[in-house]
Amino acid sequence: MNLKDIALRNLRRRKAKAAFVLAGLLIAVSTAVALLGLIEAMNQDIQQKLEEYGANILILPRTENLSLTYGGLSLGSVSFEMEEIRQADLVRVEAIKNAANVAAMGPTVLGAVAVKDRKVLLAGVDFQATKILKPWWQVAGTAPSDSGVLLGSEAARILQLKTGDHFKVNGSNLEVSGVLAATGSQDDQLVFTRLDTAQSLLKKEGRVSMVEVAALCNACPIEEMVRQISVALPDTKVMAIQQVVQTRMETLDYFRKFSYGVTAVLVLVGSLVVLVTMMGSVRERTSEIGIFRAMGFRRSHVIRIVLLEAGIISALAGVLGYLVGFGSTKVALPLFTGGNGIAVIFDPVLAAGAFATAIIMGLASSVYPALLAARIDPTDALRTL
Amino acid sequence: MSYIQAENLIKQYGAGEAAVTAVGGMSFRIKMGEFVAVMGESGSGKSTLLTMMGALNTPTSGEYSVDGLGVYELGQDQRADFRREFLGFVFQSFHLVTYLTVLENVMLPLVTVKTNGRTKRAMAEDALSRVGLDGKAHRLPGQISGGEQERVAIARAIVNEPPILLADEPSGNLDTKTSREVMDLLRSLNEDGMTIVMVTHSPECAGYARRLLRISDGLLVEDIPINGSAINLECWSTGVMD
Repeated sequence: MNLKDIALRNLRRRKAKAAFVLAGLLIAVSTAVALLGLIEAMNQDIQQKLEEYGANILILPRTENLSLTYGGLSLGSVSFEMEEIRQADLVRVEAIKNAANVAAMGPTVLGAVAVKDRKVLLAGVDFQATKILKPWWQVAGTAPSDSGVLLGSEAARILQLKTGDHFKVNGSNLEVSGVLAATGSQDDQLVFTRLDTAQSLLKKEGRVSMVEVAALCNACPIEEMVRQISVALPDTKVMAIQQVVQTRMETLDYFRKFSYGVTAVLVLVGSLVVLVTMMGSVRERTSEIGIFRAMGFRRSHVIRIVLLEAGIISALAGVLGYLVGFGSTKVALPLFTGGNGIAVIFDPVLAAGAFATAIIMGLASSVYPALLAARIDPTDALRTL
Repeated sequence: MSYIQAENLIKQYGAGEAAVTAVGGMSFRIKMGEFVAVMGESGSGKSTLLTMMGALNTPTSGEYSVDGLGVYELGQDQRADFRREFLGFVFQSFHLVTYLTVLENVMLPLVTVKTNGRTKRAMAEDALSRVGLDGKAHRLPGQISGGEQERVAIARAIVNEPPILLADEPSGNLDTKTSREVMDLLRSLNEDGMTIVMVTHSPECAGYARRLLRISDGLLVEDIPINGSAINLECWSTGVMD
């Protein structure tokens, strides 16, 4: 028999008290795990949405002209000089502080061309970057080669072109390599081709009309990336888009702070429950502690018995708290993310954190009762019997 | 040479005018292997003296040594070690830990000793065997009689073979027959060389000792060698100790 056996025997005898301490720790740990798990899962959800939304930063030429479109209506008869960005300048974006967060950068050149006697907007794009910038694109056909084009669904309908058809633009023969499924955006109206092809057809070599950037940065504010790009490209106008995601991230940030607050309160209450229960347990055991002391137990032995008991319950609370919190996250997550398939995965850091929190809470709250037990006067203790 | 020496031991509770003197200056010497009975009326200071001899209750003043070791010059941890190495306690109310089995209760003084579990178990079983409780090792204290509980307490007191046994009213809660069995056991231990100091109200129990310290109002009023049966009869015939 050793000190651990005494601690275990006592826990078994005082099941109600042990259960009370366990409950205090369990509630605090499981709530913390559930809230932190929810935050992590919602973070992943937002990350996924960021990827789904594609581009979230737009780089446009700086212009002093006011927009002539409103609510989707364009005053087409009015024309004005369109300014452009030098393509060579774009390498500066790769040198910004958060360059690692740039998932894709898609320079686009735009210009009006005549196809079958109709004016259409020709867009030269980088199709590799477009896969990331516009992941919702569904193409019937293949990605265009040098002289190939991709037609928006409306453009294909109005121009009465289909995959494999040929047509001429500014004297160059182009082949329709694919048609986009309807997106409900302006892309439906456009004719897409490779950037260099479009620059050549539009006589805009080395220039681009706009740049779309996908910044996957849910940990840093998007405004900061906008600022960095604005500094790198001073002659451009850089705008953040996808306000919905930003708003959602702000909401998540509030939820995170709220969760930390709730967790802190629960940890405090749990610690008080442990403190009060352990104090009561020590007082109940005054006589027993007197016997131990009379049998030659040092004060440190008494402290170790009390802390061992607290440690055993805390370890149990740490394991159970993580499991209960993990389960609660699984149950509650669909309510927060609309059940869009975000999986709650085992997080070893969170599990270790939950275990460590339970142990620290249990032991820290039991230090005073343990010291109190060690200070019990054995003579008084034995007199109580 | 004296094994236990007490010089002008004083114990007061409280301070100033409200101070209460439980032991008012006691000096005595006990040789190794003696069996000493301490008698006196309730509140005379017997139990306080015993707890001071057990290094559980620091005297207000005076000196106390065992085998040349100044007990109250030791720190708290060293006093605990002293209790473990030199003393066995037998209490009136048995003071067994209710959630530990008989065997585990007997093993308590060995818990903090650096010996392997098998040896500790063998020592505890041997102690139980000496008090005649071989078959009840795995029962809880609540499942055995008062006399058996007292025997468990004695087994626990002797398990680490201490040279001194301090007993406080060892038969206080026992019937006459069981009291005699317990006292026979103590006498047997004394005959094996153990020094025993026993506080008792019972003249019959005191009769098992070889020396009597009689205390009154915190002072040692009589220190005499006794013949067990003689003191017994004398006490009962005069009713002095009732």
